[in-house]
Amino acid sequence: MAYSLKEIMNRPERITGGHRMCAGCGAPVAVRAILRALDPEDHVVCGAATGCLEVSTFLYPYTAWKDSFIHSAFENAGATISGAEAAYAAWKRKGKIDETYKFIAFGGDGGTYDIGLQSLSGAMERGHDMVYVCYDNEAYMNTGIQRSSSTPKYADTTTSPQGTVLPGKQQYKKNLTYVMAAHGIPYVAQTTLTANFKDIHEKAHKAIYTKGPAFMNVFAPCPRGWRYDTPNLMQICKLAMDTCIWPVYEIEEGVWKLNYKPKKKLPVEDYLKTQGRFKHLFHKQNLHLIEELQKDIDNKWEDLLKRCGEA
Amino acid sequence: MAIRERLSGNEAMAVAMRQINPDVVAAFPITPSTEIPQYFSQFVANGEVDTEFVAVESEHSAMSACIGAAAAGGRAMTATSANGLALMWEMLYIAASSRLPITMACVNRALSGPINIHNDHSDSMGARDSGWIQLYSENNQEAYDNFIQALRIGEHDDIMLPVMVCQDGFITSHAVENIELLEDDKVKSFIGEYEPDHYMLNSKEPIGVGPLDLPAYYFEHKRQQAEAMKNSKKIILEVAREFEKLTGRKYDLFEEYKLNDAEIALVIINSTAGTAKTVVDKLRANGVKAGLLKIRVFRPFPAEEIANALKHIKALAVMDKAESFSAVGGPLFAEIKSTLYGTADGIKIVNYIYGLGGRDVKADDIETVYSQLSDISKTGNIGETYRYIGVRQ
Amino acid sequence: MRNKNTKPMTPDVKWKEITPGGMIFDAGNAEDFKTGDWRAMKPIWIIEKCTQCMLCPPTCPDMSIPVKDSKRLDYDYDHCKGCGVCVEVCPFDAITFVKEED
Repeated sequence: MAYSLKEIMNRPERITGGHRMCAGCGAPVAVRAILRALDPEDHVVCGAATGCLEVSTFLYPYTAWKDSFIHSAFENAGATISGAEAAYAAWKRKGKIDETYKFIAFGGDGGTYDIGLQSLSGAMERGHDMVYVCYDNEAYMNTGIQRSSSTPKYADTTTSPQGTVLPGKQQYKKNLTYVMAAHGIPYVAQTTLTANFKDIHEKAHKAIYTKGPAFMNVFAPCPRGWRYDTPNLMQICKLAMDTCIWPVYEIEEGVWKLNYKPKKKLPVEDYLKTQGRFKHLFHKQNLHLIEELQKDIDNKWEDLLKRCGEA
Repeated sequence: MAIRERLSGNEAMAVAMRQINPDVVAAFPITPSTEIPQYFSQFVANGEVDTEFVAVESEHSAMSACIGAAAAGGRAMTATSANGLALMWEMLYIAASSRLPITMACVNRALSGPINIHNDHSDSMGARDSGWIQLYSENNQEAYDNFIQALRIGEHDDIMLPVMVCQDGFITSHAVENIELLEDDKVKSFIGEYEPDHYMLNSKEPIGVGPLDLPAYYFEHKRQQAEAMKNSKKIILEVAREFEKLTGRKYDLFEEYKLNDAEIALVIINSTAGTAKTVVDKLRANGVKAGLLKIRVFRPFPAEEIANALKHIKALAVMDKAESFSAVGGPLFAEIKSTLYGTADGIKIVNYIYGLGGRDVKADDIETVYSQLSDISKTGNIGETYRYIGVRQ
Repeated sequence: MRNKNTKPMTPDVKWKEITPGGMIFDAGNAEDFKTGDWRAMKPIWIIEKCTQCMLCPPTCPDMSIPVKDSKRLDYDYDHCKGCGVCVEVCPFDAITFVKEED
């Protein structure tokens, strides 16, 4: 059935208001979009790595999750959900359960790119029928905006501060989506929040209903950490796609497909200037760094176009 | 009729796992427990169990997967040793505080560093305060019997705690001995079905497991967890009595060997108790009133019962196969000493650290300990209480 | 928020009555917690200008734009934190953003 936002929005929410995420946070917007892709009659066990999403939605005695939910620690959302999926698989084999359950793990970039990478890699390699969703806000926001391996080069964070000698983080962002594609799992997707939410919806549906492991990397802005005004959430996502900082694509059974190609690729400064974490790059002495970032984006975009057969 | 077999300690535990037929076994190889997941994965490959065997990429993930599986409502188990247990550390606490009755075969091995693959108790002793019930086993038979009883203890409504069944790496894990196994159907009926009140795969009642728990509630949860550990002593004994009816093999919180009229005694854990028993027999033949107390249940610590069993002893040696680096003695020593304080203050009590990193403990060593106890008993002079046996001076 | 006896978990709950292991048996009960008082700014829906294009509801981080029969309803001010994401995405100026009054 063709995607209809009006139809899809009639589905009951599987996550409630009353959680304590900051006003304007991108993560719950991503989470509810993912959960909307579940067929309403199906059950789900969700889990999360320790992080903003977990502590804010799951603060005793409250849970914002209408389905069963588990948190155990920071570095093991992949393994924890894989264990729940394994119990379900055993119950199915024994005929102990009739209902259909799906399994989704969420983690921020800290819990996914960094401390939880091994657990994620193991769970994906083992072939559990589960989805791992990274809501990527490009730093350890829960502990106060420390750099992660997902933080873009030259971003100002509390452990990669811009100073008189160093202009912010010294390393490029890790390309985790490529890393996950290299696992050869049935489905890998990179997406963000788009105006009609079609891209994230369709990818989540594929991820959830493709048998075996799937990974989704969702760009989810953080107004506090990135230093922009909360109303600009959707604009920043759009600029990330239009500058090709965050291309939107998928790898289905090894076949790469680009899902969005900007009509006019915008210069990276259009994106950088919207956020306080890059403000120092616009000082005269740092302008050459923006050029460097542009070159890097151009190279990576060319590489992606080739992989997707678009070059 | 029981089945007479010859099995190593590892194989005995793997057979127990097969008979239990759990929903999930998640394990990572580490010497000397590796054989347990090896044997078990063969049972899976042969279709002898319905279990989902999760060949995780680390012990941290093994315990995490067990937590996910147990929270889902399944029976979950694992096996590990030494550094593997250490890598699980964080998750041990979370399994216990989440009240998930996971069962673990812990094949005791010295904890690095320096790295060493042989037996001592530094791994499980380090985990003694993680909230797991700990059962120790002198030999293969006890490892097997404890493992089957562990499920009934951990899964009891008043307990809901994970249980670690320990045995000595290589010494019993790899030594083939005669063993009596239960028939599969008897194990099945003894352990029964696991039916938790609340579990994630219950569509009628979705639940949340592992929330952020701030000062308004955390303390109450810890208090309740402590109560479960206190309750477990009674349940351990009830399960033991039922097991005895089934097998004729009697289990208690600890074993007393020629202790009731003893004047000098050891407190000891796991396989060295076997060595010490032969020494006790020899000393008894020579008219020396020697005895021993072998710990089976270290967590919960049966303080009252131990104090009662030891109160008549004149000189006591507590044998620790682990250092605690407290600078005053090993972990068992600290427990026993605090147990006897105010209840049996007259006992002369010393501590021996022994067998670290797999150093052989011979009957001669144990005899030395008893002879030093005799001296203490006669002279009343304790001297240094923090002692070593078997280290080159 | 209930234990076996369906007793609500409140900060005066005693240790014997608290849910074991911190489990939460009342999935979705965060709805009982009101975050509306976080607001410094408040979105106002101008129904006459609204075309029901449905672009605003999915952008809400707090599920505070209820949808029924493919139409958005007025805000759930109990939970709306006043982030203004919906204000920005509206192509028809059907949402204004005003200072929260005490």
